[in-house]
Amino acid sequence: MLHYIRRKLFHLIPITFAVTALSFFFVNLLPGDVADAIAGVGTDNAVVDEAVVAAIREDLGLDRPLLNRYLSWLGNAFTGEFGKSYQTGQSVFDAIVLRLPVTLQLLIMAQCLAVLFAIPAGILAAYRAGKPTDKIITTLTFAFLAAPSFIIAIILAFIFAVVLNWFPATGYVPLSEDLYSNLRSFLLPALALALIEWPILSRVLRNDLIETLQEDFILLAKAKGLSYAYILLRHALRPSSFTLITIVGIQLGNLISGAVIVESIFALPGIGTLLVASIHAREILMVQGIIVIMAVAYVIINLVVDILYGALDPRIRQ
Amino acid sequence: MISMSKQTTPGQENYVTINLNLTFWLPVTWICILLFSVVFADFLPFNDPTESDFTALKARPSYEFFLGTDVLGRDIFSRIIYGARISLTVGFFAPVLGMIIGLMLGMLAGYYRQKLGSFIVGLMDVILAFPNIVLAMCILFFAGATMFNLILVLSITSIPANTRIARASTLVFAGREFVLAARSQGASDLRILCQEILPNIILPQLAYILSFMSIVIMIEGSLAFLGVGIPPPTPTLGSMIAQGFSDINTDPHITFLPALFLFLTVLSLNLIGDQLRKKFIIRQSAI
Repeated sequence: MLHYIRRKLFHLIPITFAVTALSFFFVNLLPGDVADAIAGVGTDNAVVDEAVVAAIREDLGLDRPLLNRYLSWLGNAFTGEFGKSYQTGQSVFDAIVLRLPVTLQLLIMAQCLAVLFAIPAGILAAYRAGKPTDKIITTLTFAFLAAPSFIIAIILAFIFAVVLNWFPATGYVPLSEDLYSNLRSFLLPALALALIEWPILSRVLRNDLIETLQEDFILLAKAKGLSYAYILLRHALRPSSFTLITIVGIQLGNLISGAVIVESIFALPGIGTLLVASIHAREILMVQGIIVIMAVAYVIINLVVDILYGALDPRIRQ
Repeated sequence: MISMSKQTTPGQENYVTINLNLTFWLPVTWICILLFSVVFADFLPFNDPTESDFTALKARPSYEFFLGTDVLGRDIFSRIIYGARISLTVGFFAPVLGMIIGLMLGMLAGYYRQKLGSFIVGLMDVILAFPNIVLAMCILFFAGATMFNLILVLSITSIPANTRIARASTLVFAGREFVLAARSQGASDLRILCQEILPNIILPQLAYILSFMSIVIMIEGSLAFLGVGIPPPTPTLGSMIAQGFSDINTDPHITFLPALFLFLTVLSLNLIGDQLRKKFIIRQSAI
C-alpha cells in the first residue's frame, strides 16, 4: 500500500509541474501583449496611456525571459502569491479564498444529490435490465445527458422561481448567517448541477452492477437463499461503489465547468462568477490564478481518489 | 459455463441483434431537416436574422414570424437556423479535428508503449486537469472569439478521450498475430500502424464521433451563453438563450425555443451515436 501511494505521489510531481506550466504559458504565449490586454488596448472604449502599459510591463517583469518569469511565478504561487487585481487592488489569492466556500458548498451539495439520485436509479435499472423500468431510466438518462447545464438551470429557475415561486432565483445567504436560508439559496443551483451529473453516474453504476450480478459469489448468495434486495445492496453495490468513486473524481472537471455556468445563472458569488467577471474585465492575473487552482485541485482530488480506490480494492495496487 | 452466461448479459443481448427503429430514424430525420435548412438558409425564404422589426417586439408566433420575435424584434426562427449553422459547423469540424489528432496520438501511445506512450498519457492527464469550458473560455478570450479559434479550442477538449479510445484499441491489435506476421516480413512501424492497425480501429473510433459532436455543441452553447462565444450580431443559440433569460417572466418562448432546438439536436446526435455504437458491438466503456 505504501509503495502504491509513493508511486502515485511520484506521478503527481510531473503532472503538477506541467499543469502549472500550461496555466502560465498559455496566457503568455497567446497572441497579443499581456500588458496591452490588461490595460485594455484594442477594446472599443479604451483610451490607453502608453505609460500605463509600460508601468504594467515593468511591474509584471515582462521584459525578463519567459522561463525566468515562470519560475518566479511558480515560487510565488506556492506561497499563495498570485499578484493583485489591477482594477480593485485586491490580492488574487484573497479574492479566491473569499469565494471558495461558496463553490465548495455548491459542488459538495450537487455531488451528494447526484449520488442520491444515481444509486437508486442505477440499482433499479440493473436489477430490471432489459425490462420497462430499465428502459424508462435509460431514456431519462439520455434526456438529461442531452441537456446542457445552462438549459437545465434555466428550466429549474423558470419552474421553481418564476412559476411556482418556491425558491429564490438569485440571492446568496452565507452559511454563517442562517442555515435554512443558506440551504434554500443553494438548492436550485445544486439541483441543476446534480441533474447533469446523475445520468453519468447512474449509467456507469448500471453497467457495472449488471456485470457484478453475473459473478459466482452472487450465484452463491442466491443459492444460500438470501433476499434479492440484500444481495443487491450488500454484495453487488459494494464492489460497484469503487467504480462510482473513480467516476466522481473524473467527472469533477465537468462539474466545475457546470458550476461556472450555474453560478452565473443563479448569481452565486463563487469562483465561477469570479472567473467570468475577471475574463470580461480582462483581469489576467486573476484568471491565471483561478485556472491554476482549479487544475491543481483536480489533480490532487484525483490522486486522493486513486489512493482511496487502491485502499478499498487491493487488486488495483498491482 | 460462466463465460457463456457472460455473453448473454441482460441489457447487452440486444447489442447483437439491434434493429434500427424509430429512435434511430426520428433523430436522423431531425438532423437531416436541420442540416438542409442550415446549409441552404441563404436561399430559403427566411427573414433576415439580424434585421429588427420595431413594430413587432417580442411578438408571439404568428404567420409572419413563425416562432415570434425577440426583444429587438428579430425573427426567432431564422435566428435559430443561423445560430444552428454556427453550432453545427463548430460541432462538425472540432470533433473531426480532435479525432484526427487523438487517433494519431492514441495509436502512437498504444504502439510505443514505453516512453512515448507514458508521455502521451501524461499529457492527456494534464489537459484533462483543466475543466473544458474553463479552458475554452480562457483561450478564446485571449486569442479572440473567431470561428477558427472556436473550432481549434473545442477540438482540444475532445483530444484526450479520443486518444484514450484509440490507445485502448491499438493495444488490443498491436499484440495480434497479423501484426506480428507483418513485422516478421519486415514491415516498418509506420506501415504497420497505417496498413494493419488503422483499418481495424478507425470504425470503432468513428462510432464515437457523434457523441463528441453533441458534447462540442453543448460546450459551444455554454460559451455563447456566457458571452465568450462568437460575438454579436451573429446569432448563436447560446447567446439567444442568454438574451431571452432576462424576459423569462413575461416571454419565456424567447428563451425556450432556441433551448429546445439545442436540446433536440444534441439528443438526436446522442441517440444516433448510441445506436450506431451498439451496431458496431463495441463493449461500451463507462464514459
